[in-house]
Amino acid sequence: MIGNIALKDHWREQRMFVSRVILGGVIALVLIGVVVARLINLQVTNYEHFSALSQGNHVRIEPLPPTRGLIYDRNGEIIAQNLPAYQLELTREGVKDLDETLGRLVSIGLVKESDLERLTGLILSRRKFEPVTLNYQLDDQEVARFAVRRQEFTGVDIRARLIRQYPFGEITSHVVGYVSSMNEADLKRSDPSAYAGTNQIGKLGIERAHEANLLGKVGYQENLVNAQGRALQHTPQQSPVAGDDLISTLDISLQQIAYEAMGDRRGAVVAMDPRNGDVLVFASSPAFDPNQFAQGLSRSQYSALQNDPGIPLFNRALRGQYPPGSTVKPLIALASLQYLKENPSKKHFCPGYFTLPDGKHRYRDWKKDGHGQMDMREAIAESCDVFFYEIALELGIDKIHDFLVTFGLGSLSGIDIPGEKPGLVPSRAWKKSAFSRREDQSWYPGETVIAGIGQGYMLTTPLQLAEATAIIAAKGKRYRPRLLAGTRDPLTGEVSELPLEELPPVTVDDPYYWTIIEKAMEDVLHGPKGTARGSAAGASYRYAGKSGTAQVFSVAQDEEYEAEDVPEHLRHHALFVAYAPAENPEIAIAVVVEHGGGGSTSAAPVARKVLDAYMQSYKP
Amino acid sequence: MNEIGNLNTSTSDRTIGFAARLMKGLHVDGPLLISLLLVSGLGMIVLYSAGGQNSALIIRQVTRLALAMGAMLLVAQVPPNYLRMWAPWLFLAGTGLLVAVLVTGQIGKGAQRWLNLGFFRFQPSELMKLGVPMMAAWFLHRRRLPPSVAELLVLAVIVFVPTLLIAKQPDLGTSLLIASSGIFVVLLAGLRFRMIFTLAGMALGALPLIWHFMRDYQRQRVLTLLNPESDPLGAGYHIIQSKIAIGSGGVFGKGWLNGSQAKLEFLPESSTDFIFAVLGEEFGLMGQLVLILLYLFIVARGLYIASQGQDTFSRLLAGSISLTFFVYFFVNMGMVSGLLPVVGVPLPLVSYGGTSMVTLMAGFGILMSIQTHRKLLPQ
Repeated sequence: MIGNIALKDHWREQRMFVSRVILGGVIALVLIGVVVARLINLQVTNYEHFSALSQGNHVRIEPLPPTRGLIYDRNGEIIAQNLPAYQLELTREGVKDLDETLGRLVSIGLVKESDLERLTGLILSRRKFEPVTLNYQLDDQEVARFAVRRQEFTGVDIRARLIRQYPFGEITSHVVGYVSSMNEADLKRSDPSAYAGTNQIGKLGIERAHEANLLGKVGYQENLVNAQGRALQHTPQQSPVAGDDLISTLDISLQQIAYEAMGDRRGAVVAMDPRNGDVLVFASSPAFDPNQFAQGLSRSQYSALQNDPGIPLFNRALRGQYPPGSTVKPLIALASLQYLKENPSKKHFCPGYFTLPDGKHRYRDWKKDGHGQMDMREAIAESCDVFFYEIALELGIDKIHDFLVTFGLGSLSGIDIPGEKPGLVPSRAWKKSAFSRREDQSWYPGETVIAGIGQGYMLTTPLQLAEATAIIAAKGKRYRPRLLAGTRDPLTGEVSELPLEELPPVTVDDPYYWTIIEKAMEDVLHGPKGTARGSAAGASYRYAGKSGTAQVFSVAQDEEYEAEDVPEHLRHHALFVAYAPAENPEIAIAVVVEHGGGGSTSAAPVARKVLDAYMQSYKP
Repeated sequence: MNEIGNLNTSTSDRTIGFAARLMKGLHVDGPLLISLLLVSGLGMIVLYSAGGQNSALIIRQVTRLALAMGAMLLVAQVPPNYLRMWAPWLFLAGTGLLVAVLVTGQIGKGAQRWLNLGFFRFQPSELMKLGVPMMAAWFLHRRRLPPSVAELLVLAVIVFVPTLLIAKQPDLGTSLLIASSGIFVVLLAGLRFRMIFTLAGMALGALPLIWHFMRDYQRQRVLTLLNPESDPLGAGYHIIQSKIAIGSGGVFGKGWLNGSQAKLEFLPESSTDFIFAVLGEEFGLMGQLVLILLYLFIVARGLYIASQGQDTFSRLLAGSISLTFFVYFFVNMGMVSGLLPVVGVPLPLVSYGGTSMVTLMAGFGILMSIQTHRKLLPQ
């Protein structure tokens, strides 16, 4: 062919094409050779390795959750237990038409329509033989409703599991706490493998503090699975070990009486045994139902609790900080005996007010016309303010501070549940460090004066008040307050009691000082002019105590305070501390009623009910 | 004449003769058809096991295969000249539809690939698997080969505009296949080696740019390939489980229906993209080599048909279709055995799923058409 250069040269193009095709074929062969080499590498060279891995894939490790330990009160009453609950599960491979099945479950009310989309996604994301929980909490009616239709729902079944249940509900919520699903913070503070299969962790109170005892040890089983992935054989590698049962120091019947005596009022009751620190009552009101948390709380339920004006989630017994008011007076009196060698019979005149030596500042007594001549015993029994203004000023704030802290005020008691607040006992040093402005840092004599009646900066928790009262009742002996008395092995039933923790006692130069204070506190209830004598009327036993009223807002110097005229949220907090029986104390109690008005009228009757119940079984 | 000759032959010979005439009449290439049927048959056997012995699955797959074979036969009847004349229109229509998909496309599988035509949904990218090589071959058909630089630029537009439109959907696997089919046309057209190396160098230089435009999950796949153990329960899970399946099969495999990896659902997508691992687990290296040899035979037959092609368009198109088929199974095997990133390319004729099977078989129909519509030319 005589070619114009621009013309196509078909023969040349064909030859070139063939050479390119051959080249392409060769390259393809080389590339497929690489694949074959790779396959030989996997299947021949590394056969053993992959074969072993494939064998490993036959075995699924399944965690076996341990049974959580039970919690008993001191008399063997169960206060936290595990009850079977029923949940609805669906296994995809057993279901013919997923949407239709779910639709029918919605129509009989076992699955919420709003959950459908989420559940469908969840089911499709799981392997077809893995059950998916549709409803965690079926009540008896729902179980029955499903049971009669069971044959219509292949692939859907009911499974029992254990959930935590608190028979006393809100009565124990703050002290026993509750278990709930782990959140991110829980995952950080715990070993995730210890929670494989449970996912429930103690969140509050005893449930949280003694988590390590209650939890138990997770077990594992190896499931050999067949070609369909169904477990053929369960080989328990390691059985789960149930958690220890706990024996609490609480007396649940007293706890119940205390909680019910509070009614719908806000406040706290703490009672303890002065002889060993055992906490018998630890109630905060209002409370919440811990069972809701254990079963899973909806967002709206939780926000309702959070927004409740009564703050039911707040543990007032442990974290509520209140001025102690007049309940601190016995301690101030004791301090004056110890430090000033004050003669208890010496009379102080109470004109109804106290004036600082500068003559400018005047402090009123709660009794407008004054108490007249008062010795120490009368001053405590009648709660004379002027008497304590005088001796407080004489003591000075630093001595007051040093003495009060030996009773555990102003610092954590070290009770065995978390979250405690320390309260506050002011001193010069404290004020210097607490305020930044220089003029705020210096201590004024007037602040010492009101500290004498438990006002001003001073703050105490109901737990601290109970502890301080217990120390008076025990004449200075001191034990760390505790909620856990012992543990019990659920298998052997063997109980191991926890040792008591005795703390350095409060010592005074003359043991007679204790007697003076104790007699005066007895007079509060049984004396002819005792401030709380009304609440002790008809008691078959003698007890000792002290009422208190803590100011929520300051009354101006010459203003009068009438409880009736003040809106409830500005009314004073009512406080009362006591121990019984007076001659051989076994129980010390502190009651705080927020905005309750007078301590003797609203807090003392609560204490009386608890003490009555305790004394019923009292054998001298 | 024939009738007389056949008088003395046996019945079986007559049957073969009849079959041969029938195949010629239907424009079917015997070796290609037989090898395709063998691969499909082997595929069904593996799929039955991988799909959990679900016969409904197999019936659907057979139906699809029948449909695809029908498409193949239909295309085989069309002489290459007609295919050449239709090429630009097919290409333009396909590109238009790709744009339409991006603009109005429905979201399926998190990617915009489908166009709803009311009565059925349809992937325009499938159309372009044939549209791009046809267009490139059409463009080069009357020109002097090898192509000039200006012509290369036009070809680049023909190849990369649809590729980018599909990559944007995003469908990395398909765009890769379409780009290859176009590039093969150009390479087979005799592009000079100097030019090939220059372009390859430029492509290598463009890699960071490509990385920049990749979606996060695509980057993850590449990173996972480099170190699958870094994420054993996430992105690396596919590759690890797939390697276990293949490796534990050994030379002869665990036996049909005995592969535990797929049965216990450790191996994800065992009946679709990762079915090659099931073949490896149950039939071992030997089973895989059989499949590879069958595939290679198909490629070889296709390249032979290409080299016998009577015009530039036929040759280039047939060569491109054959080599693209190679890329198809090579990429799938590479990703399943952990050599290449997981790009979502199914194992042709074996993986469950039908969208691509029709196009694939239509491509073989083109090969058959080219082979059976040859005119006798004077030497």
